[in-house]
Amino acid sequence: MISVEGLTKYYGENAAIKDLAFKISKGEVIGFLGLNGAGKSTTLKVLGCVLAPTSGRVTVDGYDVVENPHEIRKRIGYLPDTPPLYDEMTVGGYLDFVARLRGVAPHDTAARVKAIEEKTGLSAWHEAPIASLSHGYRQRVGVAQALVHNPQLLILDEPTGGLDPVQIVEMRELIKKLKGEHTILISSHILSEISQIVDRLLIIHNGEIVAQGTEEQLAGEAGGAGGVIELQLAGNAQKAIDAAKAVPQVSAVEMTKLDGDRVQLQVKAAADVRPALVRAMVAAQVDVLEVKKSHGRLEDIFLKITQKEGAA
Amino acid sequence: MNNVLLIARRELAAYLRTMLGYIIVAVMLFILGVLFNAWAMSGTAKKSAEIIADFFTLASGCTLVTSAVLGMPLLAREREKGTIQLLFSAPVRDWEIILGKYLSALVFLMVYLGCSFYMPLLVMAYGKVSPGHLAAGYLGLLLVGSVGAAFGTFASALTKNQLVAVIISLVLVIALTVFWFVARITDRPLTDAVTAMAWYAHFTPFGAGLVHLKHVCYFALVSFVALFAATRVLEARRWT
Repeated sequence: MISVEGLTKYYGENAAIKDLAFKISKGEVIGFLGLNGAGKSTTLKVLGCVLAPTSGRVTVDGYDVVENPHEIRKRIGYLPDTPPLYDEMTVGGYLDFVARLRGVAPHDTAARVKAIEEKTGLSAWHEAPIASLSHGYRQRVGVAQALVHNPQLLILDEPTGGLDPVQIVEMRELIKKLKGEHTILISSHILSEISQIVDRLLIIHNGEIVAQGTEEQLAGEAGGAGGVIELQLAGNAQKAIDAAKAVPQVSAVEMTKLDGDRVQLQVKAAADVRPALVRAMVAAQVDVLEVKKSHGRLEDIFLKITQKEGAA
Repeated sequence: MNNVLLIARRELAAYLRTMLGYIIVAVMLFILGVLFNAWAMSGTAKKSAEIIADFFTLASGCTLVTSAVLGMPLLAREREKGTIQLLFSAPVRDWEIILGKYLSALVFLMVYLGCSFYMPLLVMAYGKVSPGHLAAGYLGLLLVGSVGAAFGTFASALTKNQLVAVIISLVLVIALTVFWFVARITDRPLTDAVTAMAWYAHFTPFGAGLVHLKHVCYFALVSFVALFAATRVLEARRWT
């Protein structure tokens, strides 16, 4: 669906993105992650044919963004980081305008607007002026305008930006509903907001893709193939640390909490060593209260990957 | 062409739903009314045709300024609010965006021209005015308005600050007006060249009730050049 090779974009002397390369298959939901200013929005603008690249080749559904942007625009729905809304229009009037602008046949427009209002929970707001909507509903209208012509590719730049926790959950549920119907590219700088929705993550840092893969693959890259094992223990902390370090394939042991005789350890290993760890603790006369395998919080993964890049 | 009409209709609705357009038209109508009363209707006894010619002289200047100011928000507001990204990501050509915006300003200008019609009607009520004279004069005003709206669209494409946009469009209007004054202090053949560029020299025949194709072509050409430049500016925005 999307093929990006050597994509570079300069603003004056500064490169916003440098030599990006990735591919996205039809139907995939891709999370585009990075800090503010990392180059996410610039990349999405190029994919949305809003901005032309300085160099590189980008194709969407076989069409080149420089040679055939018009064909690509017919196939995409794009929500910028600020929803492009005309405050003086009503929700229905605005969606009708966007549907016609994006090529929906005039006799189909009313049905498409009705369907998309139902899907995005805007039916009750059909006659409401956009100026009167809350931030959450404005964001919904933004998503609705990107969907109203039923595009193959949906590009959502920070759709959860500025929303409260309830609105974030609602937006997440809305995007989940769209899964399978469209190829979706969604960006965020708050990783946990999109980790539950996406099939694959692309992490961008300082204008370059520093990692890509599933959450598990990225966790493996950041913390070893076995991921991170959390142990809740009761007993002598030093004995517990020594016992854990002695287990084969364990690469690192870190005490994250100590409260009286209660100890919390984080163990990184090249494989899943939970049984061996329990046996080692029993042998060291340390009580095991809880053993949990986690791939680390996505934020930790992101920080490790970007810090690694910074150090390199 | 559907996209042009779609954009023009939306923009026209924005003029009608917000106060800005009405305020511009009201202020300019007030200024035109005061000038008409103070200059065209005062002094010694005049023939109706002379009063109408004076009216069109005054109205042409006011129309040029009104149309240039009406163009102020067309693209600058889109960039300021970020809504330009909707147009940029839609299957719409840059020239369709420009033409749609320009047409909306021109149609809204007709509200202003329509409201100004009471002044020649007053003259008609008490004197003798040829309908052809009025038709030629209002055609001239529309052509002058076309140039102003095209300047406004171009200036609005250059910046996202509406105030800066209106200043640029007024500077362009003044520059095109200055040619007429420059022509008065130059010798031939320079006089002919400078006069050919001055908008007022091309409007005068319309004010007198005459329609010449060469003058229609002048206004059409200046409008086209300004709109072409606006399209190129919009294209350049996709690269920066």
